[in-house]
Amino acid sequence: MTQTAAAYQPSAVQLDRLAYRRGRAVRSALVGLVSTVVVATLAVGGVVTSPGWPRVRSSFLDWDVAKASAPDVLVGLWLNVRVMAVCAVAILVLGMAVAVMRTLRGPVFFPLRAFATAYVDLFRGMPLLLVLLLVGFGVPGLRLQGMPSSVIFYGGVALVLTYTSYVAEVFRAGIESVHPSQQLAARGLGLSYAQTMRRVVLPQAVRRVVPPLLNDLVSLQKDSGLISILGVIDAVRAAQIKQATYASFTPYVVAGVFFVLLTIPLTRLTDRVARRQGWQGAGGVP
Amino acid sequence: MNESAGAPLLRVRGLRKVYGASVVLDGLNLDVHAHRTTALIGASGSGKSTLLRCIDLLEPVDDGVVLLDGRDVTDPRVDADEVRSRIGIVFQAYNLFPHLRVLDNLTLAPRRVHGVPRERAEHDAVETLRRVGLAEKARSWPDELSGGQQQRVAIARALMTQPRLLLLDEVTSALDPELVGEVLELLRDLGSEGMTMVLATHEMAFARDVADEVVFLDGGRVHEAGPPEQVLGAPRQERTRQFLRRVVDAGRL
Repeated sequence: MTQTAAAYQPSAVQLDRLAYRRGRAVRSALVGLVSTVVVATLAVGGVVTSPGWPRVRSSFLDWDVAKASAPDVLVGLWLNVRVMAVCAVAILVLGMAVAVMRTLRGPVFFPLRAFATAYVDLFRGMPLLLVLLLVGFGVPGLRLQGMPSSVIFYGGVALVLTYTSYVAEVFRAGIESVHPSQQLAARGLGLSYAQTMRRVVLPQAVRRVVPPLLNDLVSLQKDSGLISILGVIDAVRAAQIKQATYASFTPYVVAGVFFVLLTIPLTRLTDRVARRQGWQGAGGVP
Repeated sequence: MNESAGAPLLRVRGLRKVYGASVVLDGLNLDVHAHRTTALIGASGSGKSTLLRCIDLLEPVDDGVVLLDGRDVTDPRVDADEVRSRIGIVFQAYNLFPHLRVLDNLTLAPRRVHGVPRERAEHDAVETLRRVGLAEKARSWPDELSGGQQQRVAIARALMTQPRLLLLDEVTSALDPELVGEVLELLRDLGSEGMTMVLATHEMAFARDVADEVVFLDGGRVHEAGPPEQVLGAPRQERTRQFLRRVVDAGRL
């Protein structure tokens, strides 16, 4: 036990184990390399040698069209980004509010609880596309005084309505994952229910649900493209216009590539946060 | 410090608590005088923990009353948060807040419940940590501490609001034997400083050592109560004798 690292000599058994493991590692790497090359070659070769490949390439992967359509698609994408950013903030605030409403006890809170439950049931079950159409074309039809007339606004409202219901459930799962003994300890110190939520339960709940929340955020980033059906010129709609202009599907591919590039940083962030779970402390109170 | 002369600080009368079909507390009576240490002993399921939670109003009682300073705190018109803020409770599993540093665990209740300014609360917290021998851990996270240290932090946290009464629920049961000592020593010091304590325990030696009164619970009632030398040394009730025999057989005395 007091032997220093320098003086330590691995035993024959350990040396044999190490040699065996090294052998396995080399073999495993070779198998991985060969299988990847074979599958990739077959896949690319299969596509490239298919009879329709030249036509598909000219209509989907036309470099000149891509270059020509990229600026307009990027302008549209900037709108997607702004819509997403504003909606994300609203979704987080409202989602938290709905989640807390669902945890309230006592008859006095029945209306809030019932509202929150009904809201989640409705908007989590309804396809986003339908919500967009109903809100985007229905609500303006009411001709309410003082409501904005911007289509982007209604598209954003539809996104917020749908995503808030998802996010509320994520928050609720987080709240319920905090062990009841934490509440017991907080109440035992004299904290009120509201203080216990604010100071003890929610801080732990939020830390735990950051990975799934980021997941929803990535999803929102993509779904912000759906507001194009309301006639907003976002990245998807801009690509559609360019597609008509050049009679080529390449702009769609361009838009797709941009969306992927946009979500990759968020995905990497999600991975990092998920790996850093330790930052929430032990959490596993028995 | 007029020992047991005056009215008891805590008086429990006819306390009943039911979970579904099982009656956990069955008309329990208990008196606790100020500046005295009361040890609750009894088998698992005898109602020790439930009693402590009922006293701290963490569980609604199904009948009977808990009188603190002569006032019925189980009356639903009483502000339960205010009552809890005057009683300290420490749990078997420490229940420290894992997202707060040790210092912030201690200052949470003083700052948020009692409105103590941050600087003052932190100063008090460091003093309290020094008292439990953990001043250097103020900036640590709870999960960086050993079990014994966590439990001492939990006790320090309960002491921060200067409770009239400290309830301790098997605070050494989750600790390795070599860590039990540091916690018991702290409780012994608190007792000699005049803190009123009610502790549920499996440590008969400790009950004998520090308790002014030992209370044997069985079937949700107090079966025998008295000074330790009587209850542990010369029990009058057959059930107490049975329980102690089992404890001795298990090697815990």
